[in-house]
Amino acid sequence: MTRKLLFVLTALVLMLANSFSQEFPQPQTPPRLVNDFSSFLDPPEVAALEEKLVAFNMETSTQIAIVVIPSLNGYEKADYSFRLAEQWGIGTKGKNNGILILVKPKTPDERGEVFIAVGYGLEGVVPDAITKRIVEIEIIPGFQQGLYFKALDDATNTLMSLTRGEFTADEYLKKHGGDMAAESGTFILFILIIIISIIARARRTRQYAVGKNIPFWTAMFLAGSASSSSRGSFGSFSSGSGGFGGFGGGGFGGGGAGGSW
Amino acid sequence: MKTIMKIISRFWIFAIIPLLSSCGYNQMVSYDEAVSAQWAQVENSYQRRADLIPNLVSTVKGYADFEKETLTGVIEARAKATSVQLNADNLDAASLQNFQAAQDGLSSALSRLMVVVERYPDLKANQNFLELQAQLEGTENRIAVERRKFNEITRQYNTYIRKFPKNIVASIFSFDKKAYFEAEESAKEVPTVEF
Repeated sequence: MTRKLLFVLTALVLMLANSFSQEFPQPQTPPRLVNDFSSFLDPPEVAALEEKLVAFNMETSTQIAIVVIPSLNGYEKADYSFRLAEQWGIGTKGKNNGILILVKPKTPDERGEVFIAVGYGLEGVVPDAITKRIVEIEIIPGFQQGLYFKALDDATNTLMSLTRGEFTADEYLKKHGGDMAAESGTFILFILIIIISIIARARRTRQYAVGKNIPFWTAMFLAGSASSSSRGSFGSFSSGSGGFGGFGGGGFGGGGAGGSW
Repeated sequence: MKTIMKIISRFWIFAIIPLLSSCGYNQMVSYDEAVSAQWAQVENSYQRRADLIPNLVSTVKGYADFEKETLTGVIEARAKATSVQLNADNLDAASLQNFQAAQDGLSSALSRLMVVVERYPDLKANQNFLELQAQLEGTENRIAVERRKFNEITRQYNTYIRKFPKNIVASIFSFDKKAYFEAEESAKEVPTVEF
């Protein structure tokens, strides 16, 4: 009975996941900043853009993602962009410093669509009027001539020069280091309270007098291992040496602009 | 006997506290606050649009022969939209509909203005106007995003308070069902363009 239920549930979840992924593609694994789902660019071009954007992400923590999809599935391009960007979580949480360049290539019976969605945290340095201009001056004319790579390369260069200096990776690391220290601080405090209560109880009963010092060292060891383990997990999250570490849960509020060709 | 009664009367509230948290009272408060916060975001994005209009009107006005009634239509719709304020505490269906009607009036006045602008190539080439147009589009996008998020958060809240047995706690503390935004009336109609 339970097995049957489990089977039905799994099937349901799979079906849901399937319909979900058909509307909004899942990010590639391992995560990449350039996601071309409709062979819009040549592989070397994708690699060049990826390398540039990953380097920029490592330097500034700002994530500029390019996603090329075969169809908008009936959504308006702005709506699609914001939903996709939020679902993937482009940008880092708290800073909301993500930018999504969404491209739907031109087909014989449909216009090509492009939209630049700007995360909450970058709306100040990349206002809507600027994204509109990037789309109309750098992207659309290039796309019309078939210079897809050059248009995207120029647009990302402009976006990079606009957002450089808004956020830096050190500031990000420092902030997270600070949070972690505070966390382990409360943990140590907690341990200390426990130790004191144990010692106090031992004094009262006078039965644990022999092992008086042991809980203290055990606690120190615990505290030490706890802080080092959290440092380790943080390190593996941020490093991703040479590659892209993954999207960080940035939020979008509707900033950006688009166009068609 | 009297002392027992006294103790009960003094401590019954403590006996109820764990009961309340297990019935989701605290969670209701969090969801309710989330809805209020999102409502503030919705109002902000509408306010942002209202703030753009004086600039837009003065830019368009510069073109002497521009239709006066279209502009006054926008100004009047803006005045009406900003006069209808809705507090997050009474987001019932009727008041939200009222609010939405006023804002939709402004939306359709603005889209009429944009249709009329098509007839003025000089205005369309004006850099200032293009900038305002991009900002206006961005604001419409923000409104759409905030409204969608509002509906999502409200759905979470409504689903939570209406489930048994939480609905009993909800009704005791008057957590009422909140209304959703509906698709714009103008979005359902096909716009008519006259030349």
